[in-house]
Amino acid sequence: MMGGLALAALIEIERLTKRFAGFTAVDDVSFSVERGEVLGFLGPNGAGKSTTMRMLAGFMPPSAGTARICGADVVEQPVEAKRNLGFLPEGAPTYPEMTVAGFLAFTGRIRGYRGSELADRTAHAMALTQLEGVRLQPIETLSKGFKRRVGLAQALLHDPPVLVLDEPTDGLDPNQKHEVRELIRRMAPEKAIVISTHILEEVGAVCTRAIIIARGRVVVDAPPSVLEERGSSLDDVFRRLTLGQEAA
Amino acid sequence: MRAALTVARRELAGYFATPVATVFIVIFLVLAGALTFTLGNFFGRGQADLVPFFSFIPWLFLFLVPALTMRLWAEERRLGTIELLLTLPLPQWAAVLGKFLAAWAFCGIALALTFPLWITVNILGSPDNGVILSGYVGCLLVAGAYLALGAAVSALTRNQVIAFVLAVALCFLFAAAGSPVVTEFLDTRLPVLAEIARNLSVADRFGGFTRGVIAARDLIWFASFIGFFLFVNAVVLDHRKAD
Repeated sequence: MMGGLALAALIEIERLTKRFAGFTAVDDVSFSVERGEVLGFLGPNGAGKSTTMRMLAGFMPPSAGTARICGADVVEQPVEAKRNLGFLPEGAPTYPEMTVAGFLAFTGRIRGYRGSELADRTAHAMALTQLEGVRLQPIETLSKGFKRRVGLAQALLHDPPVLVLDEPTDGLDPNQKHEVRELIRRMAPEKAIVISTHILEEVGAVCTRAIIIARGRVVVDAPPSVLEERGSSLDDVFRRLTLGQEAA
Repeated sequence: MRAALTVARRELAGYFATPVATVFIVIFLVLAGALTFTLGNFFGRGQADLVPFFSFIPWLFLFLVPALTMRLWAEERRLGTIELLLTLPLPQWAAVLGKFLAAWAFCGIALALTFPLWITVNILGSPDNGVILSGYVGCLLVAGAYLALGAAVSALTRNQVIAFVLAVALCFLFAAAGSPVVTEFLDTRLPVLAEIARNLSVADRFGGFTRGVIAARDLIWFASFIGFFLFVNAVVLDHRKAD
């Protein structure tokens, strides 16, 4: 039984659907992500990327379908599912009046860490995201790039097997982007990672697999190299696929 | 429970990290003091007790508590932190309870800071300190009832002005339900409703405490009131967290 669980995909999404009044934001999406995979989640704005991630993180209840994290259904066993998840929500929200160290300690305490373990984990998360220099600064005084990294540090603090990162490099300068991609690549072998982005070069740089979603539906699910073969560049393929959908 | 206390601790620190705490406490103390000494005729009535002070508290809280609760969930929505908080591994009720406990502790701090009044009556005369203590317990319970109600309203809307106005209106409903104006009107027309109104009145329940009577009935009433609205809060939050 244990062996069976270990072999199962860490993220399993089956026929996930989200309907809002009048339209379907996510329409019958299914995929699974195994340990060692970095899935790039691509699509034009409003395609349903964030909605899918919110459902996967247990924030938004799906209208139909299921999502499981390490075998735990996000609706039926929300706390178990969230324990194994590091989630960076869209826009990397944080409490502005808290200091970086205070904020990370808060999320650590919610995750059940106390005393020296809490201090170690907070320090490690800050080291991974290069936040030591600003650890005692209120988050509201930080630049956009730092805020994003605070959100990232919070998602990495408990070293979760599953990472769901909504636009992790948005607002970072080229050096910081490079650092975050390096970080994702380093962690990739032990984790199942989903990142959403509309920067196509990022997919080639870090992802082992890409899903393109348009109008709530999966239009492509393939490794980035296969995608590139289908056109002169990823941008080309992306534009052709997603515009084609909208015209249809 | 530990998660709820962690949330409460963060929230409470948040009040003091922003001007919210200072503004709220200063306004509360100024108004409570001013009303007690002017309208309440604290000195003129020649009695060493805090009855004039306690009589204004439910009406003062009627406006100040909704000012505290209106931002409770609305602010989390505005900042997007609701998405962070509710994707951390804690049961939803723990987030609801934590926020409520922090706001309640904050009201307790504001109430405790009215201690100069208590010292004053003890210097001027020899009041029954048991009655005063029970009055303070009553104040805290009224604050808790309004907080639970206001927090539930705050979960309902992302607009802070609407949250404030609705919470004031609903608190007023429960505060005024037992007042003679309402009950006498209902007594003549719908006696059944008059009884219900009296039973729903926060002010009626509070009256006992200011006379020094801590009745189990009243404690249970406040506990059920708070529990009910915390439950409503959790249900509303579950349905509308992503709106």
